[in-house]
Amino acid sequence: MITLYLFIFLPFIFACIVPFLFKYLNRQVHTGWFVMIVPLSILIYLLQFIPDVASGMTYEYTLSWIPSLGIEFTAYVDGLALLFGLLITGVGTLVILYSIFYMSKREALHNFYIYLLMFMGAMLGVVFSDHLLVFYGFWELTSVSSFLLISYWYERKSSRQGALKSMLITVFGGFGMLAGFIMLIMMGDTYSIRELIANMATIQSHALFIPAMLCVLLGAFTKSAQFPFGIWLPEAMEAPTPVSSYLHSATMVKAGIYLVARMTPIFGGSPVWFWLVSGVGVITLLYGSLTALRQTDLKPLLAYSTISQLGLIMSLLGIGSLAVYFGPGESGTVFTVAAYAALFHLFNHSTFKGSLFMVVGIIDHETGRRDIRYLGGLMQVMPITFTIALIGGLSMAGLPPFNGFLSKEMFFAAVLDVSKAGVFGLGSIGALFPIIAWVASIFTFVYCMIFVFKTFGGPYHPERLNRKVHEAPIGMLLAPLLLGLLVVLIFFFPNVLGKYILTPALSSVLPMMTPSSYDLKISAWHGLNYELLMTIGVILLGSLLYVVKKKWLPAARKFPQSLSLNHFFNEGLQGAERLSASLTSRYMTGSLRHYLIYVFAFFVLLLMGSLLLFHGIEFDFSNNAMINVFDAGLVICMIISAFTVLLASNRIVAIVALGVLGYMVSMFFVIFRAPDLALTQMVVETVTTVLFLLCFYHLPKLKKTVERIAFKWTNLIISIAVGLTVTVMALSANGHKLFEPITSFFENSYELAGAKNIVNAILVDFRGFDTMLEISVLTIAGLGVYVLIRQRSKRGKEHEAE
Amino acid sequence: MDTLIVILVGILVSIGTYLILSRHLLRIVLGTSIIGHAVNLLIVASGGLKTGGPPLLGERNKVFTDAIPQALVLTAIVINFAVTALVLVLCYRAYQSFETDDMEQLRGEANE
Repeated sequence: MITLYLFIFLPFIFACIVPFLFKYLNRQVHTGWFVMIVPLSILIYLLQFIPDVASGMTYEYTLSWIPSLGIEFTAYVDGLALLFGLLITGVGTLVILYSIFYMSKREALHNFYIYLLMFMGAMLGVVFSDHLLVFYGFWELTSVSSFLLISYWYERKSSRQGALKSMLITVFGGFGMLAGFIMLIMMGDTYSIRELIANMATIQSHALFIPAMLCVLLGAFTKSAQFPFGIWLPEAMEAPTPVSSYLHSATMVKAGIYLVARMTPIFGGSPVWFWLVSGVGVITLLYGSLTALRQTDLKPLLAYSTISQLGLIMSLLGIGSLAVYFGPGESGTVFTVAAYAALFHLFNHSTFKGSLFMVVGIIDHETGRRDIRYLGGLMQVMPITFTIALIGGLSMAGLPPFNGFLSKEMFFAAVLDVSKAGVFGLGSIGALFPIIAWVASIFTFVYCMIFVFKTFGGPYHPERLNRKVHEAPIGMLLAPLLLGLLVVLIFFFPNVLGKYILTPALSSVLPMMTPSSYDLKISAWHGLNYELLMTIGVILLGSLLYVVKKKWLPAARKFPQSLSLNHFFNEGLQGAERLSASLTSRYMTGSLRHYLIYVFAFFVLLLMGSLLLFHGIEFDFSNNAMINVFDAGLVICMIISAFTVLLASNRIVAIVALGVLGYMVSMFFVIFRAPDLALTQMVVETVTTVLFLLCFYHLPKLKKTVERIAFKWTNLIISIAVGLTVTVMALSANGHKLFEPITSFFENSYELAGAKNIVNAILVDFRGFDTMLEISVLTIAGLGVYVLIRQRSKRGKEHEAE
Repeated sequence: MDTLIVILVGILVSIGTYLILSRHLLRIVLGTSIIGHAVNLLIVASGGLKTGGPPLLGERNKVFTDAIPQALVLTAIVINFAVTALVLVLCYRAYQSFETDDMEQLRGEANE
């Protein structure tokens, strides 16, 4: 069906039009109004799928891309993809509406909306693609567009740094994920996620099962800012607030959650998966909530709370994966509820966190401050904003009558269940789950209170603020209001959402279960049980801690910066840079001699090593011709003249000795019965010697007495080693004559080419191409010499003219 | 005879390498020339030094020395000459521009 593709690619297509809209219409209408049409239309389009998908139908369409490699863009619409698709487009619409009022017309809006649309398209591609490699492509596109959005105000250093850090970490994870995908493709022999799920049995028994799982989890954890990869998220807060609200709370950070949920049917049921996902999730939950307490800037506070809440969802998914282990049955059902809770909280978090970020944006926009130490008492000035913040904050803290309460209750139920599960060596460690979850919830409660009441409660200090404060325009308030309304509505009617959206999503996370047969009703009042008692405890202890916060909060904020993960990351990065710089400057000295030493050393080591290793040294002297006095004399003469070149303290002597060497070589050619060679060698040697002498004439006069070469042992050793290698190799090559030479063919040169001189026939007839190119070499060298000298003289003339 | 030539080649290569590793541009050129000679000799020797007539038909020889290495070396000599000429002029230019032929000084700027 082409319309689905049309809608998935609509953001990309529309992004091409945005610059023109901005250029020609920005004066009259804010560009955002046009852009808002895109997510809205996709949202309306996707809404049509709800009834069918809720009744258990799935859609699958294939668009061929590279058929010869089996790469095609298969769009697969099921409950999970639809849930994410609705979130992306729904929150996207609201965020763009908000950005219309948040972003001034003076900004580079075309950039902003192109990046945002690019992100939206990439995210839709991630959730709807069934092909692993296409999935990866869209996944990286979300990283790239996030990078662009974080560095939107690129003239700020902190923006660039934040963008760089998020890019490094998420792309690192993305590569890990790609490796995991490739292993999955090898194991399952298919690119399709659905087919992988169908081949589950063969994959689970494969040796690469655990490595593939670890690699895929690396991708999910880095993208979803899990411990210890979460450090990029707070720094990504340098992005404009609509971006933080959209990418860094509602959608992109949930891509990792999506990946984990998608892969649960494949990997779930393995103890490693359970421990990693739920363990890392719980640690992230605690770490995020603790660190959020220490923030004074509102946006990083929300960033850490996002990390914490993502940890919560992740741990719920980990617990939910136990259902795969137990399979359909009574104990499996209990954990199915955990996965259900994960999806429920995922939805809830997008609503309240999106609205909270928009609230922070409003505060920032209206007061010019984001630091809670300067803010306070805004309740009277901004009543509507306060109401939204209160709804979001209390929902995040898990209080009734907001949707966060419901998902938190379900979370507590899940951790209580897992402590009793008693599989995968849970035993007594399992008891830690409810304790950590409870403690983290208390901290969550405290920072939510800090967020709401330090900002809006307390005395009002207009003198601390940069601007005259008043309520935000209604357009800006509209989007957070709608989200806040959703927060309340979901509390009162959770089962509408549950029945139509969450249950089909659950059946894609846990396809082996049949959720419709279980009672998955979410109820606000479920009797007086442990969960409710825990919530009451959270409220009591949290309130107590909030009241006495002056006693302990400053101490918590003094936590040494040098022990933070950020510090380790920065130091590690700088250390790596320093290390590579020092390594490079150690061997890249700029000295030609050093480089030559490397080259020669490798030459000797490789050739000598392989000769020794493969027993290639074999001497055969049987074919040797006889030596007569004449030859011996020539050899001695050559050695003497070569040494003279080496040892000469006068350059003229060295050159004359080189000339002697050349003439000796031509004498050898005479002995070897090579008249053409002898002639050429004689002529060339003469000309070369003349050239050498000519060059000498121009070389420095004051340096005419040249010092002897500094005697260097390394040079000696290396040169002897090189000579030895060449000798051994040449002798071994002579000892390994395998075939008869083909010279006999060329001895027909008279019949074939009409030439009596075989060498010349080879040069101009049999192998004439060599000669042609050799002539070109000579021509190019001649031109080079001419240009070098002429350019010099020209420049010299200019010099004189000056 | 072959062995003797090969040993000679080894010695020449050693000397050439030693010269190439030295500090002065001109000695490096001398070194490359010596290695060029050595390689030419090696190529001719690798064709086998069995005594036979020069590769000229019509001289009533029944056995000829191998003509292919000779053709190869002839090409090599000319190319070697071209390169040497160019390198020599380059040395001259380098000296004119930088007023030194010491390779330790001709190493570019630090941290360029």
